[in-house]
Amino acid sequence: MRPCDSTRAAAPAYHHPMDDTTHAPWQERIFELLKAADVRQVAYVPDAGHAHVIRRVQADPDMRDVVLTTEEEGVAVAAGAWLGGQRAVLLMQSSGVGNCVNMFSLLTSADVPFVTLVTMRGEHAEFNPWQVPMGRAAGEAMSMMGLAVHRVDRAEDVGETVGAALDAAFRGGQRVAVLLSQKLIGRKQWVAK
Amino acid sequence: MSASATDARVDRRAFVARLLGACPDALVVTGLGSPSYDAFAAGDRDRTFYLWGAMGGAVPVALGLALARPGDAVIALTGDGEALMGLGALATVAAQRPPNLSIVVLDNAHYGETGMQRSHTGLGTRLAEVARACGIENATEVRTLEGADAVARRVAARGGPSFAQVHVHSDALPRALPPRDGAFLKNRFRAAIGLAPL
Repeated sequence: MRPCDSTRAAAPAYHHPMDDTTHAPWQERIFELLKAADVRQVAYVPDAGHAHVIRRVQADPDMRDVVLTTEEEGVAVAAGAWLGGQRAVLLMQSSGVGNCVNMFSLLTSADVPFVTLVTMRGEHAEFNPWQVPMGRAAGEAMSMMGLAVHRVDRAEDVGETVGAALDAAFRGGQRVAVLLSQKLIGRKQWVAK
Repeated sequence: MSASATDARVDRRAFVARLLGACPDALVVTGLGSPSYDAFAAGDRDRTFYLWGAMGGAVPVALGLALARPGDAVIALTGDGEALMGLGALATVAAQRPPNLSIVVLDNAHYGETGMQRSHTGLGTRLAEVARACGIENATEVRTLEGADAVARRVAARGGPSFAQVHVHSDALPRALPPRDGAFLKNRFRAAIGLAPL
């Protein structure tokens, strides 16, 4: 047990299945695909569903994790990385999509390849009603701003869909979002069982 | 009352021409509006990527570029309004500590493109102190044309992220319009550093 684990006992009385160091195989698959696609910068506003990939990126000497104060920075970072010859992706939660809307115009205006992986809130068994409006609008908002939007509901489809998104962007020059559904990620446990 | 040393301001075009003239190899990202015009007026160059929109994006675009090109000096050249929209990016830069990124804010304390409304920097916000508080310790205020030389030396030194708040006059200058085709600018920029279009 690491020393910091003792502080976790005092944390708020809810627990998310992805909060700890356990992870689902599809999350490791995402990291492997990013690595295989030579993605060098991973920009993110954290989400529990992305925690495993973020940890893996932080531990990889050839990849750079870029923590953001707001998701739109990540759109710009990805464009800058591409200007400099590196591939980047943006990891965010559906609530962050709204923060990006105008910045997406940079990608279209300069025809920049782009991939974002979006963990969904506001859908399956959502406890927090404040997550619902942006969760419902996230896919359409990105579609309206010119991104191709693909949704994954089943763990067995994650690899194919994320891999196709990386190919479409970095080989085909497209802008692609992959929505990782809330059902896939698992229920966030708000109260102790 | 005559202008004291503490409220002196410089001509933005002259400052940018002197800075970019001293940094011919630097990779430059300019914020929309006057900073893009200033950079273009100083002489168009393939290694400059002009933003015409994406307000708030100049610093984070330059960050992604600086991380991708550690061997090149990178300058984010923007204005107070554009920098204010993306203030959080200063914290993001500080967290990454790219040694090769210099942020230069041409601060006229106004939104020049939209009718010269006063901006927050004219109403109490002190940008260089914000940058320092975000963790960019090398943050200075510049009030003289000669100050461009010191900024250029920091650009060339690549000794850690730096921030320069350059106090410039708010007089309206003739627009100098760089190309607006973002895909052209991107491909031109990439070609200049040896990268294929896709």
